[in-house]
Amino acid sequence: MTEINLDNKSVRELNEKLQSASSGDKFSVTNTGGKHAVSVGLISAVNVDINGHVGYYCAGMNQQAKIKINGNAGPGLAENMMSGEVRVTGNASQYAAATAHGGLLVIEGDASSRCGISMKGVNIVVGGNIGHMSAFMAQSGCLVVCGDAGDALGDSIYETKIYVRGKVKSLGADCIEKEMRDEHQKELKQLLKQSRMSYGVDEFRRYGSARKLYNFDIDQVDDY
Amino acid sequence: MSKDNPTLIESATFPRHVIAEIQRAAKTGIYDIRGFGAKRDIPTFDDLVFLGASTSRYPLEGYREKCTTEVVLGNRFAKNPIHLKTPITIAGMSFGSLSAQAKESLGRGASLAGTSTTTGDGGMTPEERGHSKTLVYQYLPSRYGMNPDDLRRADAIEIVLGQGAKPGGGGMLLGQKISPRVAQMRNLPEGIDQRSACRHPDWTGPDDLQIKIQELREITNWEKPIYVKVGATRVFYDVTLAVKAGADVVVVDGMQGGTAATQDVFIEHVGIPTLPAVRMAVEALQEMDMHRKVQLIVSGGIRSGADVAKALALGADAVAIGTAALIALGDQSPEYDEDYKAIGSAAGFWDDYQQGNDPAGITTQDPELAKRLDPKLGGRRLANYLNVLTLELQTLARACGKSHVHNLEPEDMVALTMEAAAMAGVPLAGTEWIPGKGGM
Repeated sequence: MTEINLDNKSVRELNEKLQSASSGDKFSVTNTGGKHAVSVGLISAVNVDINGHVGYYCAGMNQQAKIKINGNAGPGLAENMMSGEVRVTGNASQYAAATAHGGLLVIEGDASSRCGISMKGVNIVVGGNIGHMSAFMAQSGCLVVCGDAGDALGDSIYETKIYVRGKVKSLGADCIEKEMRDEHQKELKQLLKQSRMSYGVDEFRRYGSARKLYNFDIDQVDDY
Repeated sequence: MSKDNPTLIESATFPRHVIAEIQRAAKTGIYDIRGFGAKRDIPTFDDLVFLGASTSRYPLEGYREKCTTEVVLGNRFAKNPIHLKTPITIAGMSFGSLSAQAKESLGRGASLAGTSTTTGDGGMTPEERGHSKTLVYQYLPSRYGMNPDDLRRADAIEIVLGQGAKPGGGGMLLGQKISPRVAQMRNLPEGIDQRSACRHPDWTGPDDLQIKIQELREITNWEKPIYVKVGATRVFYDVTLAVKAGADVVVVDGMQGGTAATQDVFIEHVGIPTLPAVRMAVEALQEMDMHRKVQLIVSGGIRSGADVAKALALGADAVAIGTAALIALGDQSPEYDEDYKAIGSAAGFWDDYQQGNDPAGITTQDPELAKRLDPKLGGRRLANYLNVLTLELQTLARACGKSHVHNLEPEDMVALTMEAAAMAGVPLAGTEWIPGKGGM
């Protein structure tokens, strides 16, 4: 395990080291001090433990790496992640996993607004609640919420599947509750197991696209 | 007044094209969506002329004395700035709105002429990367096809905040152009109307942009120049904020800039012309003492070497062309007159790029139509056109006695109209008067 202390190393030095590391290498990052762009652009299956709070875009565009943040994360956590796993033990600010194409993001606490905005294949599991406009224009992948969801969940959603255990304050345009079929239960079970959340799949409801806004129709203009 | 019947007087308020639009709207219930750029008459670079050298200064000999055109873009922070032979670049246009063959042609043409081309919404195709010596990767709000491997494969990154044809608006790609390959690249179902977001999903405002730029630099090892592109509106403030956020290059796209599919009302009524936009951008850079340190690329309605020379004389470092590049490839060609007629248009007028039935095979995903464009021939045509623009630019620069095209300056020009004088900040011809700035 290599320790990198951000009190005496710059974010540039940290990222250079992590980006050039080999699969299986282990790192511990300390004294993060809310710094931005920590552990971004990683390209191999390294393990990174970040001890402390981080600012914007931590784990941005991650590929293969397994990153754990023991603290809270600022906006844009794991934005555009392609693969790998990112876990935050605390809360995450706005736009977590925005546009992310793959991998797994686990937020053990709450996620703020626009969690999973424009997500393109990532799986997100949130232990607590999520804020308004989450999964806005979400294209694919799954968003699992073990707590409650805020206003306008899944607004203008495409093919992402949303599973919510608690209450949904309101659904956004073209987002509806859908039947939980066997394949969905199986998928959810797997995601809960992977993210180490101990809830039963029967406690969740599924939401997704009504697909009414896929092609413009003047008679549905009030739905936008 | 009608030519055939002088007693018929056409209304200035309701001319035939306005009446036709009202009728179309009433029939269909949807606003007009089209491609191309603004068609209305606005002040342009045509309203400026150069003051060639005479008694008070001497010109350079054409074909004898050097007038260089090289430009370096992005040397503020990036380890690997872009070096181009000519200051005329190819603007961002997406695979999806354009065929793969058209994107390849743009790459081939730009590479032959020693300049850069740019991706667009929907990501980078292997054809485009393979045939583009210098490729700028657009980082757009939709992030369709956004892949860090492509980011690292690019030569520069252009963060798109806006586009001249539609500042404040997102993109559209209608269902008929969402082919299986386009759908797969954008991670969307085939055949749906695809909406590109109008603002980035993971930041708001210039303070966040600064952090986003830091992230992109960290991911690409501080190697790539980072451009920030804005649609021309509040240009002075937008350029100031982009520079403060850490941009290496600022791209300002005027309202004549083209689009693949946008509401006509947006194209014609939002944004300001390229002419004042250049001056405002240069003023912002000068006020920060960043002129020539952060490079300025100007686009929107650039057609000739004269346009390029005038943009450079006003202080731009380079220009970008989009619509003109498509025309060079074969768009609007009379060769396809019959096909244009068959879809209710004519060569020189066609603007329904969103329909996907382009007779010239450029703005389409129809494999049969796309075959009409031979990428090698298209690339050659574009290179020819770029070379002509560069020669015209040099001709004008030499006439003004400049040994590098960047030595052109506002003082080399006057305006033919009061509007152009006010917008460009150069005197009205025959006077020393710049409206808003005094003089006689």
